[in-house]
Amino acid sequence: MSFLPKPKLHHPKLPTNALGYTRRDYEGAISTLCAGCGHDSISAAIIQACFELDIEPHRVAKMSGIGCSSKTPDYFLGASHGFNSVHGRMPSVLTGANLANRELLYLGVSGDGDSASIGFGQFAHSIRRGVNMTYIVENNGVYGLTKGQFSATSDKGSKAKKGTVNTDEAIDLIGIALQLGATYVARSFSGDKDQLVPLIKGAMRHDGPAFIDCISPCVAFNNHEGSTKSYDFVREHNEAMNRLDVITGRAPITADYEPGEVREVEQHDGSILRLRKLHAEYDPTNRVAAMHHLHERKAAGEIVTGLLFIDPEPRDLHANLNTVARPLNRLGDAALVPGAAALEAVNAGLR
Amino acid sequence: MRDPVTSAVTGTNDFVVKFANVNGSGSASANQLFAKAILRMGIPIASRNIFPSNIQGLPTWFEVRVSGEGHLGRRGGVDLMVAMNPQTWERDVAEIDPGGYLFYDSTRPVPRSRFREDIHVIGVPLTEMCNAAFTDARQRQLLKNIMYVGALSALLQIDPAVVETLLSEQYKGKEKLAKPNRDAFQMGRDWALANLACPLGLTLEPADKVGNRIYVDGNSAAGLGAVYGGATVCAWYPITPSTSLAEGFEKYCKKFRTEPDGRKRYAIVQAEDELASIGIVIGAAWNGARAFTATSGPGISLMQEFVGLSYFAEIPSVIFDVQRAGPSTGMPTRTQQSDVLAAAYASHGDTKHIVLFPEDPHECFAFGADAFDIADRLQQPVFVLLDLDIGMNDWLCEPFAWDDARRMDRGKVMTAEELEAGRVFGRYLDADGDGIPYRTYPGTHPSKGAFFTRGTSRDRFAKYTEVGAAYVDNMQRLLQKFETAKGIVPRPVLRQAAEPTRTGVIYYGSSSAAMREALAALEADGIHVDALRIRAFPFHQDVEAFIAAHDQVFVVEQNRDAQLRTLLMNECGIAPQQLIPVLHYDGTPITARFIRAAIGDKVLAQILPFAGAAAE
Repeated sequence: MSFLPKPKLHHPKLPTNALGYTRRDYEGAISTLCAGCGHDSISAAIIQACFELDIEPHRVAKMSGIGCSSKTPDYFLGASHGFNSVHGRMPSVLTGANLANRELLYLGVSGDGDSASIGFGQFAHSIRRGVNMTYIVENNGVYGLTKGQFSATSDKGSKAKKGTVNTDEAIDLIGIALQLGATYVARSFSGDKDQLVPLIKGAMRHDGPAFIDCISPCVAFNNHEGSTKSYDFVREHNEAMNRLDVITGRAPITADYEPGEVREVEQHDGSILRLRKLHAEYDPTNRVAAMHHLHERKAAGEIVTGLLFIDPEPRDLHANLNTVARPLNRLGDAALVPGAAALEAVNAGLR
Repeated sequence: MRDPVTSAVTGTNDFVVKFANVNGSGSASANQLFAKAILRMGIPIASRNIFPSNIQGLPTWFEVRVSGEGHLGRRGGVDLMVAMNPQTWERDVAEIDPGGYLFYDSTRPVPRSRFREDIHVIGVPLTEMCNAAFTDARQRQLLKNIMYVGALSALLQIDPAVVETLLSEQYKGKEKLAKPNRDAFQMGRDWALANLACPLGLTLEPADKVGNRIYVDGNSAAGLGAVYGGATVCAWYPITPSTSLAEGFEKYCKKFRTEPDGRKRYAIVQAEDELASIGIVIGAAWNGARAFTATSGPGISLMQEFVGLSYFAEIPSVIFDVQRAGPSTGMPTRTQQSDVLAAAYASHGDTKHIVLFPEDPHECFAFGADAFDIADRLQQPVFVLLDLDIGMNDWLCEPFAWDDARRMDRGKVMTAEELEAGRVFGRYLDADGDGIPYRTYPGTHPSKGAFFTRGTSRDRFAKYTEVGAAYVDNMQRLLQKFETAKGIVPRPVLRQAAEPTRTGVIYYGSSSAAMREALAALEADGIHVDALRIRAFPFHQDVEAFIAAHDQVFVVEQNRDAQLRTLLMNECGIAPQQLIPVLHYDGTPITARFIRAAIGDKVLAQILPFAGAAAE
């Protein structure tokens, strides 16, 4: 919700990507969120990811619901169509948009109130339906725009700014996404851009429901002592499973790794996810093991991050519905309207 | 006790037969056979299912009105009851008009006290014959139904050759199934001819009154209309009585929109609820596909917030509402026209929506297709209001028609070429003075034409603003657009009385058939009434002119609160006393008898005050 125009000028020597775009071409309006808000870091990571992936900005449709997080699509990818829909209903709007044109990239941005409370059902059903999308929850455990109420991802025992202790069990969106069949599941932290950018890149190159739960501290209402979503708490308890590099063909392979330390997963579109293992035993292609690990580490008080699960050969909703390759929104009269003769045959069968 | 019957009800091609069955007993196809056979004899019929919210075991009825005159509304009353359900015996027997007929399965004796003295009783030992002829238990149950059709064919003079043709069509290539059906029909027929006085006073005589009309339900017709309207995305949640609309769309899509390799030129999602259904529709329409949902009243209630978004963000959406009796769960399998206001003013804030009122399946098809052009042209929600009576019953109606020269009208969509040529794009800019702005589909152009869609207020170039003047500017433009809509939606249809009159009647939707019959009857009584059938909201100026040209206007509706009348008063500034409500809302379809009595009594009371007082 910007009231200020953003200057268009930029340095002539800004680096460009393969399409000749600079990073600035992926920016949006000036953010109106609080200074230091984790969400702005996520917007910056999205910009970085799209720039590095050489995505044409207008080939992205950015969708959101209502809330602080849902305002952010205005602050990145200004040349993309955006849709700030209804509270908790981004997943259905995104699903419809995706059905209409399977060729665009769909980026859904939501929050914990939007996805774990009012829109919990739509979150769940869009995942289980296999919509090809990147779904990012900017998770701060609190209602920001209405000034500090607990959200459904607030951990039990977490303390509100005014001192109330949360007595309700938290919803772990990662656990739900894993159970409901998301084929790319990651958790990250807005304070760890090195981890987050490649995770977003991997998700955007994934041809199925990709879900990222990104813990994003609310500096205004949930960054105090006793909160389990504060910068300090998350830094202390963050347990990264792996570090990801996304290799799309043109990026040179630079790092040297010890044998066995690296695992490569090729996605359906040819991109390679190079995972540097931080936990040797962790297998991100085993859904059941991922769920087990997640719960086990959570019980130990850790916040597990990284690429937690990947199915490199996902099926999406279009595959399930067996729709034609050509986007439905480009089919014309000849493809859609059966015509008068066919109608007369229908009439004949109704006499 | 009534007087013993002295005279029997008689009539040729003009009577009502009602079948009382048990849900799930397989009676539907036999009853359809009965109805279609009469149609094939060239005699118009109106048929209605009366069914419970249940799959198996509860009572269900099928009513066939035979009308050589072509009256398709419900008549009321029953001349011949085919009582096949012991559970409802008492009320079924009670419903028969004096002098009428009761047809029943006489295998087990029924005490004399359970009949009536003033009706004619026809017993046929259906179960006994079926058990003797067939061994399979399910077959015995199913064929008992065909057997009563056989007996009725003798009693009412249904042409057996027509039934033979229908069975051959139905079981084409399945001779194994055809034979027992044929046998059962013949057994019933032969038994009746040998043991009963055939024909009854009620008889059928071949006629030529059906013409090229078709016999179809409104939901299938609307689903087919959506196919012809170019809809590619359907998102829906199962709810009676709209479910068969989405299923109809799917059936015709399978037939007409499947590639040789099996891939589909359409997408149907059975969503998790009505909120997701309308959300998917709005997302798809935003992205340039034609999309719709089908639902009923409770679904409309759930969709309210999204409908407001569709209105304010100006995204075309089509919502078929097959109305049932509300409020709340109401009577889910009974008909009403009670969502008129809920549709017209859906959502919070100031909103007004396009509402179409088809009168029969023919118009369900036509409006089903037109709705997508209207939605695209006006960029807002369009409700198509069917009801259970039109939606779930087979109606005799004019055949579907299509002009091959017609093309989808996608409304004002700015293309990449136009953007490239430097054409000014403001998503909410009224460039043409009709209140309708231009839109772009996502992905159109690399650097031009992108905008941010939101349910919050914004300026003409889609930039967020809370400035009052900009908000008012936009809201006024939406009103301007609504004015434009009046010239786009289907116009009302006038039926002028034989003689000049100061009395008028306004009606809409499924009341049409009963209304036409009532008007003919009133005319025969010397009461002349001009009639206007409203087909859409916003109201065309013809509507105001019609009301102004009459001293009193009856408004015939199937709801308690006279919802269309409220809409007329509110939108056209009509004084309440000028609009007299005629309301039928018990869940059964409105009848000509009811309308005739309501209007006739009122008019007569004005002419002859004492007669009127006595009538009340």
